[in-house]
Amino acid sequence: MQSKFLIKFLTFFIFLFTVNSFAQHEKVESVDEKAEAKAEIKEAVYHHIQDSHEFTFFHDSETGKYYGFSLPVILWDNGLHMFSASKFHHGEEIVESKGNYYKLYHNKIYKTNAEGELELNEHGHPENEKPLDFSITKNVFMIMVIGLLMFLLFSSLAKSLSKGSIATGIGRFFEPIILFIRDDIAIPNIGEEHYKKYMPFLLTIFFFIWFANLFGLTPLSVNITGNIAITLALALLTFIITQFSGNKNYWKHIFWMPGVPWPMKIILAPIELIGVFIKPFALMIRLYANIMAGHVVLMSIIGLVFIFKNWVGGSLTFLLAFVLSILELLVALLQAYIFTMLSALYFGFAVEEHEHEEAH
Amino acid sequence: MDKLINDFSFGLFFWQILLFILLLWLLTKYAWKPILDAVNSREEGIKEALEQAEKAREEMAELKAGNEKILKEARAEREAMLKEARDIKDKLITEAKDEAKIQANNMIEMAKNSIELEKQSAITDLKNHVAELSVEIAEKVIKKELSAKDQQLDLIKKMLDEATLK
Repeated sequence: MQSKFLIKFLTFFIFLFTVNSFAQHEKVESVDEKAEAKAEIKEAVYHHIQDSHEFTFFHDSETGKYYGFSLPVILWDNGLHMFSASKFHHGEEIVESKGNYYKLYHNKIYKTNAEGELELNEHGHPENEKPLDFSITKNVFMIMVIGLLMFLLFSSLAKSLSKGSIATGIGRFFEPIILFIRDDIAIPNIGEEHYKKYMPFLLTIFFFIWFANLFGLTPLSVNITGNIAITLALALLTFIITQFSGNKNYWKHIFWMPGVPWPMKIILAPIELIGVFIKPFALMIRLYANIMAGHVVLMSIIGLVFIFKNWVGGSLTFLLAFVLSILELLVALLQAYIFTMLSALYFGFAVEEHEHEEAH
Repeated sequence: MDKLINDFSFGLFFWQILLFILLLWLLTKYAWKPILDAVNSREEGIKEALEQAEKAREEMAELKAGNEKILKEARAEREAMLKEARDIKDKLITEAKDEAKIQANNMIEMAKNSIELEKQSAITDLKNHVAELSVEIAEKVIKKELSAKDQQLDLIKKMLDEATLK
């Protein structure tokens, strides 16, 4: 029964591919068009993974119209500068604020002269001075949205739990996850004795990363956890908490490893010290790279629809994009889990009591 | 790497740290603590209830065992009482029998004695009677046969000796 289905399925695909190759023969003349489309897709993907000062839902490149809303720009450049990002007109215009001129170039704000000239270096990056940009960008806006969502969700869960001992509504879905983080992440890694004080951080970081990852998969086209600044902030918090909760044993294991001969202790100390910084660095890169790669691949595959421009290739890429989206849903959860798990593991190292000293 | 550094936005980093710490604080206060406390107290409640159920079951079993013990004891006591009663009954009967026997024996003895006494007195009476009779006979003989006095006396003597009862 199953093999019959498989044969049918394969025949269908072979048929599709032959049709597709015929279709491509007919469109040889539109090579230029295709190259243009490719460049456009590349640009769209690049813009998608970047933060932005505008919240754009769609953008019609033919009419040059943007559908969305502008977010406030806050700059620190020898004084506070605040204005709406709509003044940039998507990088087309120079904004004057308190006698300084600013230009938006590839989603970054640069300080320019009155003419808005940019000096590009050999990499294509402007050499102009960058003011400190504290703008409420799309990502900052989304962080606020996620924060608000989490607050409403979990405070309502807390309320429903305080009324009766059983959660109601959506809390029924989240309560087992909270218990999972407590019973399968915090307690086994940190230990029964110390896990309680890390629970709020672990829960917050897990749900924040998970929700941010999920928002990244919506058509809102935000890329929060695929941004290095975000992952650096998260990893830095884990790093700081780990170092501040490190007990005597933790530092002893770094600088003077017990149970090994003294020349080894000297060799191990710098390695362990580097390890202290590598751990959060790996956390940062892992989350960033996974989410970023997922977004790029998914966007590129969706972009293929516009390159094929026929119903067969389009539907095939759609199918592929669909399967990948499901995979990305899994990755969204998995990365949140890994980040939380490893954070708990590092906290566990920091608070571990070594009664088994001679076992080393 | 160059691109990565160029793309890095300090502002976003700053906001992320600030907002995350704010979120952490808010959630800890209004969500995580109440949730974890509620869950903990619920789990403790469940644990307690289970322990209590276990205790109740143990008590029940204990009670049942006690009941059985009491029942067994009662049964044993009843058995003992019955046995004792039977023993007492047997003893009473035996005693009664013995006493009866003794009494009967005594009575028989007494009867025998009285019979003996009666017999002796009867014999004595009879002897006296015989003696009187003999005297009367002798008188009559004397009256009738005074001639052969010596022969008559020998005859009386002989007859009296013969009349002596064994």
